[in-house]
Amino acid sequence: MTAHAPLLELQHISLSFKGIKAITDISFAVQQGEICALIGPNGAGKSSLLNVINGVYQPDEGVISFNSKSYSRMKAHQAAVQGIARTFQNIALFKGMSVLDNVLTGRNLKVRSNWLEQMLNSGRAPADYVSQRIKAEEVIDFLRINQWRNSIVGTLPYGLQKRVELARALASEPRLLLLDEPMAGMNNEEKAEMSAFILDTQREFGTTVVLIEHDIGVVMNLSGHVVVLDYGKKVGDGTPDEVRHNPEVIAAYLGTKH
Amino acid sequence: MDFFLEVLTGGLLAGVMYSLVAIGFVLIYKASGVFNFAQGAMVLFAALTFVSLWEHGIPFWGAFVMTLLSMLALAWGVERVVLRPLVNRPPITLFMATLGLSYVIEGLAQLLWGSQVHGLELGISDEPLEVGGMLVSQFDLFAAGVAGVLVLILSLLFNKTRIGITLRAVADDQLAALAVGIRLERIWMIVWAVAGFVGLVAGLLWGARLGVQFSLSLVVLKALPVLIIGGFTSVGGAIVGGLIIGASEKLAEIYLGPLIGGGIENWFPYVLALLFLLVRPSGIFGERAIERV
Repeated sequence: MTAHAPLLELQHISLSFKGIKAITDISFAVQQGEICALIGPNGAGKSSLLNVINGVYQPDEGVISFNSKSYSRMKAHQAAVQGIARTFQNIALFKGMSVLDNVLTGRNLKVRSNWLEQMLNSGRAPADYVSQRIKAEEVIDFLRINQWRNSIVGTLPYGLQKRVELARALASEPRLLLLDEPMAGMNNEEKAEMSAFILDTQREFGTTVVLIEHDIGVVMNLSGHVVVLDYGKKVGDGTPDEVRHNPEVIAAYLGTKH
Repeated sequence: MDFFLEVLTGGLLAGVMYSLVAIGFVLIYKASGVFNFAQGAMVLFAALTFVSLWEHGIPFWGAFVMTLLSMLALAWGVERVVLRPLVNRPPITLFMATLGLSYVIEGLAQLLWGSQVHGLELGISDEPLEVGGMLVSQFDLFAAGVAGVLVLILSLLFNKTRIGITLRAVADDQLAALAVGIRLERIWMIVWAVAGFVGLVAGLLWGARLGVQFSLSLVVLKALPVLIIGGFTSVGGAIVGGLIIGASEKLAEIYLGPLIGGGIENWFPYVLALLFLLVRPSGIFGERAIERV
């Protein structure tokens, strides 16, 4: 595995908001096809780091390499075009639209027909529509949200909304999937279900996943690579076992558990 | 009875003129969930630019295209200077920005073209035409035809293409729209340019009727009850709302006017809108807000 160049590599990334350092000199690499967990206490800079990776924030310093291309500034649109999809901590769905329409927006960049063809329903438009729809239905099947496909997203319970958000991200057939606390606020059963979906995604599509999660049990089961942040700095990086025995990590984060 | 039909038809056609202005609002509301206060200023800017170019001896279509280009430039500028820095801000911020923008655009129009009143003669006769025993204004028929074509094109654009779903996505959640690879800048630019085009059409027709002058930006006030009745998010709703307003204000003037003193026409639409707000706050065709609490 390590013989290949990593899919995603962060080099010396720093980010600050009006003088307050959110991320200080963070470097790590994510290999093709692995599930990498970012852990750390609240405010450690995990979400900020995801926002840097998919171009919501521009880092002050550092370079992001994705798929062997280097960027000092990644734009949100560019990230999506490169195959980076994500979900958000507070769920950023289109709440007034149906589940199916939400998933279809995930196909946004795959649409090949232009608006004139679509308006006149000619040229590439009909076949294009069918293929986008088929792909969306596949994802809906995969995440077992069939029975809610025509429901308005805003009316669905929280756990389901999280799943719809994952569906929208998967619809874009991403190479890298960023999940910001995909299991926050879920009960154990829902967590197990979501974990299974994430593992299935990685196995079936070979998608590389970077996720933020607070539930250490879930993290240790799910991921093959763990990066630990504390106060915007990286304090640990390795397999779950290595991280579990890293004294710095224990002091910073797991310490209270022992 | 004939008289009633004549008043009704006259009112419906006058309503189409309100719809033309209201459509411009719908476009921007669809893409940002914001009532664009500057729409009236855009109508004025377009009409004034066109009329000034025309008076300088540029032929009709030349002036039309040049005005269209200036509306495109305006859309580009608005996106760059106003909208882009306000990504991911609450809608009220954007609304306040359009409020400021309306003054900037009006000032710009005045700076470029002065504050004189211009007459605008489009060459469409305002002589009444006899249709089935009724007298109908030719000009109004023409305006209705133009509105019909506009609505047809816009409905196709919003219902058949992915622009429709993209607009709803952008209005719903900008961050999420960015994450699925929607280019906010491009969408906003398109929408403001189309709103500018609609403003140009509305400006020409209203300008021909009232003369091109600064009070033109006030016709947007009549668009407000149209939007409340038709719904802020529907192009078709803007048409239906306009027809309702146009017909009801004329009928009220004729039949209720004598009973409670004339001049009803001016405030009747607002009372109607108020009633609608009580019964159906999202309008006839508007999207209902759904919130899980």
